Amino acid sequence: MMMTKTLLGAACLSVFALTVHAEEGAKLIIDGEELTIRANAPAHAENIDEVSSGWIYRSKETQALQLDDFDNPAFVFVDQAIDEWDKVDGSEGKACSSCHENVEDFAGLRPTLPRVDDGKLVSMENLVNECRTERMGAEPWKWSKGKMTSMTALIGVQSRGMPVNVAIDGDAAPFWDKGKELYYTRVGQLDMACSNCHEDNYDTMIRADHLSQGQINGFPTYRLKNAKLNSSHARFKGCMSNIRAEPYKEGGPEFQALELYLASRGQGLSVETPSVRN
Amino acid sequence: MASGVKPRVKVPKKATAGDVITIKTLISHKMESGQRKDGDGNLVPRSIINRFTADFNGQNVIDVLIEPAVSTNPFFEFEAVVPEAGEFQFTWYDDDGTVYETGKKIAIG
Amino acid sequence: MELTRRQTLTIGSGTFAFAALAGLPAFASLTDDAVAAMTNGAELIDGGIDITAPEIAENGNTVPIAVSAPGAVEIALFASGNPTPAVATFKFGPLSGSRSGSTRIRLAKTQDVVAIAKMEDGTFRQASATVKVTIGGCGG
Repeated sequence: MMMTKTLLGAACLSVFALTVHAEEGAKLIIDGEELTIRANAPAHAENIDEVSSGWIYRSKETQALQLDDFDNPAFVFVDQAIDEWDKVDGSEGKACSSCHENVEDFAGLRPTLPRVDDGKLVSMENLVNECRTERMGAEPWKWSKGKMTSMTALIGVQSRGMPVNVAIDGDAAPFWDKGKELYYTRVGQLDMACSNCHEDNYDTMIRADHLSQGQINGFPTYRLKNAKLNSSHARFKGCMSNIRAEPYKEGGPEFQALELYLASRGQGLSVETPSVRN
Repeated sequence: MASGVKPRVKVPKKATAGDVITIKTLISHKMESGQRKDGDGNLVPRSIINRFTADFNGQNVIDVLIEPAVSTNPFFEFEAVVPEAGEFQFTWYDDDGTVYETGKKIAIG
Repeated sequence: MELTRRQTLTIGSGTFAFAALAGLPAFASLTDDAVAAMTNGAELIDGGIDITAPEIAENGNTVPIAVSAPGAVEIALFASGNPTPAVATFKFGPLSGSRSGSTRIRLAKTQDVVAIAKMEDGTFRQASATVKVTIGGCGG
């Protein structure tokens, strides 16, 4: 482990040693509510003592964008989803609101996903598409396209501030084991695992970027890079491309298992959906 | 009209006559700069919001000329004097001729 | 003259520095031209105008910028390192509450952002801020 750290450290030195550290002890308070951005690591994240939100690792300008729902550009898309909520689509003449009167009723859902339903691991995207295809008679939305990420942001924000709390035992155990295995498996031409950056080297600079723990409690997240909402699976894909690996499929079994494992590594952090990152 | 364009504005609901208030506005727009190339190497034509205005009861507050260097989902924050009760009118002008408008009432008290 | 990378590397560092410097005025003059178009070549006075920008932008795609110049009728922003320097011009109307404004802008690389204010008395004031645009490891 030390070896990896030294090697990466040397690689960073060869580029600019810029630091974009925000102020220590900055608090994430939105609408008067303080979100939990540091928590004791759960027992199953045995190699770290503390779990920390990706917000901590961003510059103060990027952090500021998340402090106010007006300044947070993700809310443009949340607004679009509010419109979509009442829009009839598909053969059954139904909108989301035909069955679900208030989107607020979904408070508490985000922290528990993904979860196992009837032996299958389901993400929020699966639940949305199940409604669309089974009850509305509508076409499913693509996993990471605008309509889906806007809707998962709208449903997710209802749980903002609640602690992430996914089940990892019972039916979920085999999926969790698979996710953990993926997390520690080196892949791609750079031969790296998730853990090499996000467990062994978080809080260090990888070139000009301040590495986070890769927590997913803020997804879908608005990224300055592409000025839109990004699903966690799209982010996994980005990471895999960066390490020159062939990415798994969005919504596929590998990324779903990884989503469960990563969610479990963030147990105790607040849901931050929709967060703002670089 | 570019798809999915949606304006958002933040104006206090109430003010005292003569108050200076802060207004924030944002509109969802891709702000295609005209500098990018598509997969086939062809320039993607420019398509931006090129002007934004804010008026109150028919009098101008701010008039912004916008170039492609303004980010996707253009955001503006500025201050206005509120001499009386009335309505703010916000207008965004798209390159394609479309005009997006939204209003916001403010009370005095 | 065409140079391969290897040839370029063998040329002395002095020549290389000169080449790098020679590259700069092209963009700078574009900004000068844009500023001159606004001021008609009038003298630019330092002070009386503030520009607030991050020292380091995590992503050049969305950089928050604020400008303020009490007594200005308009304030124009220029990004000296962008392919086209003009960014935005704030013109203040009779109900403007302060001669200030904020927006979020695109910066192609590390560069100076220049603000020029046209004042009520017809003079022009200028301020600039250097913003380092970082190339992310994975985030950027």
